[in-house]
Amino acid sequence: MELSGANILIESLKQEGVEYIFGVNGGAAMPIFDALYEHPDVKLIMMRHEQGASHAADGYARATGKVGVTLATSGPGATNLVTGIATAYMDSIPMVAITGQVFTHLMGNDAFQECDVIGVTRPVCKHSYLIKSGDEVAEVIAEAFHIASTGRPGPVVVDFAKDAQIHESLFRYPEKINIRSYKPKVDGHPRQIAKAVELIHNAERPMIYAGGGVPLANASEELRELAIKTGIPTTVTLMGLGAFPETHPLAMEMPGMHGSCCANYAFTDSDLVIAVGARFDDRVTGDLAKFAPNAKKIHIDIDASCIGKNVPIDVPIVGDAKRVLAEMNKLVHRVDIEPWMRQIDEWKEQYPFEYQQNGDNIMPQYVIEQIYDLYSDAIVVGDVGQHQMWAAQYFKFTEPRQWLNSGGLGTMGFSLPAAIGAQLGCPDKTVVNINGDGSYIMTIQELVPAITMKLPLKIFIINNMYLGMVRQWQELFHQKRYAAVDYHDNPDFALLAEAFGATGIRVERIEDVRPALEKAKGITDGPVVIDFIVDEEENVFPMVPAGAGLGDVIRGLA
Amino acid sequence: MTEERHIFSVLVENRFGVLARIAGLFSGRGFNIDSLNVAETDDPAVSHMTIVTHGDTQIIEQIYKHLNKLIDVIKVTDLTVENHVEREIILIKVYAEPQRRGEILQIMEIFRAHTIDVSPDSLIIEVTGDEGKLKAVVDLLRPYGIQELVRTGKIAIMRGAAKQ
Repeated sequence: MELSGANILIESLKQEGVEYIFGVNGGAAMPIFDALYEHPDVKLIMMRHEQGASHAADGYARATGKVGVTLATSGPGATNLVTGIATAYMDSIPMVAITGQVFTHLMGNDAFQECDVIGVTRPVCKHSYLIKSGDEVAEVIAEAFHIASTGRPGPVVVDFAKDAQIHESLFRYPEKINIRSYKPKVDGHPRQIAKAVELIHNAERPMIYAGGGVPLANASEELRELAIKTGIPTTVTLMGLGAFPETHPLAMEMPGMHGSCCANYAFTDSDLVIAVGARFDDRVTGDLAKFAPNAKKIHIDIDASCIGKNVPIDVPIVGDAKRVLAEMNKLVHRVDIEPWMRQIDEWKEQYPFEYQQNGDNIMPQYVIEQIYDLYSDAIVVGDVGQHQMWAAQYFKFTEPRQWLNSGGLGTMGFSLPAAIGAQLGCPDKTVVNINGDGSYIMTIQELVPAITMKLPLKIFIINNMYLGMVRQWQELFHQKRYAAVDYHDNPDFALLAEAFGATGIRVERIEDVRPALEKAKGITDGPVVIDFIVDEEENVFPMVPAGAGLGDVIRGLA
Repeated sequence: MTEERHIFSVLVENRFGVLARIAGLFSGRGFNIDSLNVAETDDPAVSHMTIVTHGDTQIIEQIYKHLNKLIDVIKVTDLTVENHVEREIILIKVYAEPQRRGEILQIMEIFRAHTIDVSPDSLIIEVTGDEGKLKAVVDLLRPYGIQELVRTGKIAIMRGAAKQ
């Protein structure tokens, strides 16, 4: 049967098991939206801004492990997607972003709403395709999903000319994908694995450093087995939180700029760092010259170009974390590192995450502690800023894909739309959105689809009336010159939530924090927004200043 | 670390946008391209690129890995570490008044260069060779006055049987 390009697209998405497409309509994508109209299997989620659509697809992918799909029109629709595509790219999230494009005969003519989307997105996506004819659609979509979801995952852009959406051709979905130039290496080299195991068995002060690649590879179980079988202490980065339970005695919590002193001191003293699906990001390593100076390094990563990029590696292992760890686990045994473990436990005891109560103010960390107490099983979607760090520090994550956040690009405005995607992907889970006042207002319009769909999102705003993280840097490094960070002109977020049609609660006193959180638990017919008015100038500590070594951590202001 | 010159031989799918992806990889990560030559191979679906670049060991390794990572790249070979031959063509338009033309033609003969165009006061010379030979020719012709010089960029190939 002959189908239009747009219908072939939808049939192809169906073949890929797509349940939801997050999009915003527009001229050059109209045939696709038309094909989706009242479609029984592939549902269009109508977002209010293309950036929101891309983050929602991203949140869906992070929560479920499936490929997220976003759809926008040409020109401004497509350029609005770019932040979401770049966000997914930095965190290796599988996504297919489909954009309408003007008619092929108009391309290159500066037509209305024309933009070279392939050109604009080239540095921020894993791969991209331009469809100029309806008969290319099925193959392109099959390849796009294959590329997005295998190897190191990432977003794939499919730019789809309007005449190709209309043009009819025969639909046949490829059964097998064979791209001769793309064969990700998934099995680690046995000799390298053996070398790594030997290093592990001979180390005196080993540590595991696991990143976002572990949940991405669904390798949390294997990681836990490695840590527990060997008895090696483990730190998990912001991107991987939950891959190893933070409540476990071997857990050292998050490393890096606002990480635990224990993890950072461990790097500085360690003689063997076992990196798994982590990329030695500058926010983790601090000054590279002072990073783990005495340690040999094993690096397991699916992306060869990640290995040796920032830090020289002694034993590189290219492969899928799940497979490589499973092989390693067959060979490892318990290591005798008692003095090292005593040191680790001492650091943990001496330098826990802690804060001082300031008068009657609601301390932001207290709010997170209470959220953790009441919502410990929830999926938590964090935004970017101080609240993100407090959430990472004070919420103890125990499961992979429990903590979703834009760690790489650091995109403010990510979390509310991502929470929508996560909730649709995991309808039986409670989804908590921990947001900041600055980041919340960047994508606040996405409250509308959340209300329309009656999603029971718990939106908790840690409101300090500042772009808090920037203010903190200004306090510490710019002589308290608070340039362009004062958000005291914030609207009343509770009233605003009510105006949108959600439940809004404003909390200004400590004693109201817990009752409000409890009340939110009972609201299940739509989103609830709690605006926590917190201490305005609380800082995130510990802190390793940018450019300093991990050993030079500031534990707090005297 | 010391910087070294490397020649990468890259086989790519002959597709829309591939050159932009390669160029973007270099510019986006701050790698250098000293010369770049692209053309179809014997198989019209495949193009061959010869990329001359420089950097320290770590940069060269990153370039190699990032080239390999591009979806449209079929094969990358660092020819610098292989036994290979390299050639480049330059076209030189040089001042050649009739009384000095004889000297220029003598130089050309030594280097097996060809004259491909003559005008009343200039010659266009084509010369093929490796870096050393081309430099020698250019240096010898410079005193006569080079009006214009165009080079293809290097092309290079591994010696012996094809290694896959």
